[in-house]
Amino acid sequence: MSTELGKAFARAKARGEGALVAYAMAGDPDLARSVDVFVAMVEGGADVLELGVAFSDPIADGPVIQAAAERALKAGATLRRVLDEVVPEVRRRCPETPLVIMTYVNVVMAMGEARYAKLARERGISGTILPDLPPEESAALRAAFDAEGVDLIPLCAPTTPPARAEGIAKDARGFVYCVSVAGVTGMRAELPANLSERLDLVRRAASVPVVAGFGISTGEQAKALVAHADGVVVGSALVKAAHADGPAAAKQLCADIKRGLKR
Amino acid sequence: MTTDTAAGRFGRYGGRYVPETLVPALMELEGAYAEAQRDAAFGAEVARVLREFVGRPTMLTPAHRLTESWGGAQVWLKREDLAHTGAHKINNTVGQVLLARRMGKKRIIAETGAGQHGVATATACALFGLPCEVFMGALDVERQALNVFRMRALGAVVRPVESGSRTLKDAMNEAMRIWVSQVEDTYYVIGSAAGPHPYPTIVRDFQAIIGKEIREQTQAAIGRLPDAIIACVGGGSNAIGALHPFIPDASVRLVGVEAAGHGLQSGQHGASLTLGTEGVLHGSRSLVLQDEHGQIQEAHSISAGLDYPGVGPELAHLAKTGRMEVRTATDDDALSAFYEVARTEGILPALETSHAFAAARGLARDMGKGKHLVINCSGRGDKDVATISARGVPPATGVKS
Ligand SMILES: Cc1ncc(COP(=O)(O)O)c(C=O)c1O
Repeated sequence: MSTELGKAFARAKARGEGALVAYAMAGDPDLARSVDVFVAMVEGGADVLELGVAFSDPIADGPVIQAAAERALKAGATLRRVLDEVVPEVRRRCPETPLVIMTYVNVVMAMGEARYAKLARERGISGTILPDLPPEESAALRAAFDAEGVDLIPLCAPTTPPARAEGIAKDARGFVYCVSVAGVTGMRAELPANLSERLDLVRRAASVPVVAGFGISTGEQAKALVAHADGVVVGSALVKAAHADGPAAAKQLCADIKRGLKR
Repeated sequence: MTTDTAAGRFGRYGGRYVPETLVPALMELEGAYAEAQRDAAFGAEVARVLREFVGRPTMLTPAHRLTESWGGAQVWLKREDLAHTGAHKINNTVGQVLLARRMGKKRIIAETGAGQHGVATATACALFGLPCEVFMGALDVERQALNVFRMRALGAVVRPVESGSRTLKDAMNEAMRIWVSQVEDTYYVIGSAAGPHPYPTIVRDFQAIIGKEIREQTQAAIGRLPDAIIACVGGGSNAIGALHPFIPDASVRLVGVEAAGHGLQSGQHGASLTLGTEGVLHGSRSLVLQDEHGQIQEAHSISAGLDYPGVGPELAHLAKTGRMEVRTATDDDALSAFYEVARTEGILPALETSHAFAAARGLARDMGKGKHLVINCSGRGDKDVATISARGVPPATGVKS
């Protein structure tokens, strides 16, 4: 796996904390200002940054991220421009923080998987999450990514049967993204009761860190999960905060969640 | 884990590109469908409902006046417009809703463009007593008011979708998002031979009744198979249904007609087989209308059922391998074909179907006399009356006003 991702999780662990994987939409409200959001999230304590690259038909996303994608597309945030204009700037301002791209398979296929993997490596991307690429369809992409040392980070869902979840965990690169709720991205007041068992099972099988994501928006929720996961992903809540009140609000929310992640 | 799945692939196309949350449900569906196919009682029940309720077999009508006026091949109409609810869509929804019931699903969701699939799903749900929610682009809700009323009358909830182009593509996104959240007890009835595996196969199998009947009916009427079959292509379910049983018959030309909208050069069309490039949309790899960055483009057609920027993977494969010929018809072509068919055959075809008629004229002439051409009349035009009449009706024929 990418050494950068491994190190970031290890650093958090050494400090006695779960890692915060913070998501925002690259290009929302525009390319330059989204850089400020990413930087603010790192100042707030984010350990890994997840850069959303907009897709016109985001079937795994709820209304908040869907709307952010529409804004980003209007601002011209293509994968190419995110790699050329957003990623280098975030790297320059946050050299320690590993970056992960989250987008949809069609966006990567349009660029060409090998070409994407090469560019991603050159720009310093550690991993990629494609929520519409289940393991059965991922062989070719993963080979291309492996060749460049870019982790194809798999997702595991609440509906995934245990044996399949173990298979996904065993085979994972980077980290395992355990989707906490059967649904699309978006904030939830409550997380499913059996989430901790699922996280424990995946963690036993995985040789890489395991994070919980989807629906997490508060330090409280992070606190409840930190015993069962190496970290949490927070997306919609940060996107919403940044959209409403700018980078400082995203920074503040990261800090709140980081407090919850203290062990 | 494993490499590309062979099941659900049509050459390079097909597959299952969906959130992991849905994968187990799709596997369950695949298993349940395979089991249902092995169960003679299930097949018998589908056949019974098609016979008693849908009104199958639908007729194969000789189109005498069109044949004469076009001066080429003998023209036959496969009358899916005479099926209950007025389009081929009912063949598929009866099958899938029976499958859902067999799987013990408690509620049904569907997406719809022209509204025909929504009406057909609402109808099957009413017949079998299942609650039904239909997602429909807000623009389509406006232009297909009759079908919105029909769905509501049948007891379904219609949910207008405001995102994106507010048409079929966005309705399908929304239905998928809702399905991800309610996958345990909800069955998603996809309306075309598109979407993730196993949908393209299931929908094609349920629609293949059209082609099977064409085989028997042409054998009975002319003592042989037809020389060509032509159908309009939105997602492609009526086309694959009519054409699939003839794939091995090299003597039968298979022709699909896409919406050229304002013209292929205008950028406003629905011609994904003609101008699309390989991509992933709504869970399968196929030909899609997209920009160089992989963003899906909005399709346009005067007919709500054809303005879809993708196409089912099996049709993409048939088109790429050359087994199916692809033609296009513009909005204006479809409108003039609508009146031509109305006034020569006494049939008001759906605007989708009108595209098939528009391209059939040239095909019939190319083929020449002594040949037999079947046009799949996918649906009737009642739902499109507002759209069509808004452009003004041409004067009556042969009567002094
Ligand atoms: C009458 C009719 N024909 C054709 C279509 C196009 O769909 P498909 O290509 O799946 O047959 C529709 C879709 O709504 C329709 O209503």
